[in-house]
Amino acid sequence: MASKIKVKAKLSGDIADIKSLMIHPMETGARKDPETEELVPAHHITQLTFTNNDKTVMVANFSTAVSRNPYFSFKFSGAKAGDTLKASCVDNLGGTDELETVLK
Amino acid sequence: MHVGRRFFLRSGVALAALAALPRVLLAAAWPDKAFSSSAAGEAMVDLLGTDQTIPSDQIKLKLPVIAENGAVVPVTISTSLENVESISIVVEKNPRPLAATFEILPGTAPEISSRIKMGQTSDVMAVIKTDSGIYSTAKEVKVTIGGCGG
Repeated sequence: MASKIKVKAKLSGDIADIKSLMIHPMETGARKDPETEELVPAHHITQLTFTNNDKTVMVANFSTAVSRNPYFSFKFSGAKAGDTLKASCVDNLGGTDELETVLK
Repeated sequence: MHVGRRFFLRSGVALAALAALPRVLLAAAWPDKAFSSSAAGEAMVDLLGTDQTIPSDQIKLKLPVIAENGAVVPVTISTSLENVESISIVVEKNPRPLAATFEILPGTAPEISSRIKMGQTSDVMAVIKTDSGIYSTAKEVKVTIGGCGG
């Protein structure tokens, strides 16, 4: 299955500017299904981790209060062209997803 | 293909064990208790050990003044404070106030942006933990349509 994470990385000098987007419903567990009137169980990303050449550069912990299809951006230094940036996420139901990009 | 009942049961158990594994690993890192707190102060005590923060003007919190849609509220936090260890977003009047927390590792800039949900008009607090203390700044966002189940 194709990864549901999208990552855009921009290098300026040794600083990498990372913008990421995940496709995920981020259900809070408090919403009712309009047809069945039953609560939709919580289903959300709990943790998003970025590693650059196996060095962890960011750990983001999400609750249900992060919007559907989460957007997240950050910057880190010590990056160079050719580095492998890996984004991986885990959700509360044990689902996982990951994506690798090469910085340029 | 014929699959014996015993085999079917056994593979089922193995699959269940596999599915449970990442959640066990996760529980160590993901601050479950802080995220399930229904009071902002309690969530901060669970996450950072205290709900006392030092107001700081060195934190830049960028938020809309009025959010037309509470389901998508863009937020950007950056700071000139040094040795930042984590950045957290706390929405005081959300049913679960702690929205997200980001670990800032060495080499990573203390500057993040994301999008959060807000149930109603509330103060949004950026809480920054550094090696010298816990700092915060807050801003009110007016929400015209709630983002939680509405």
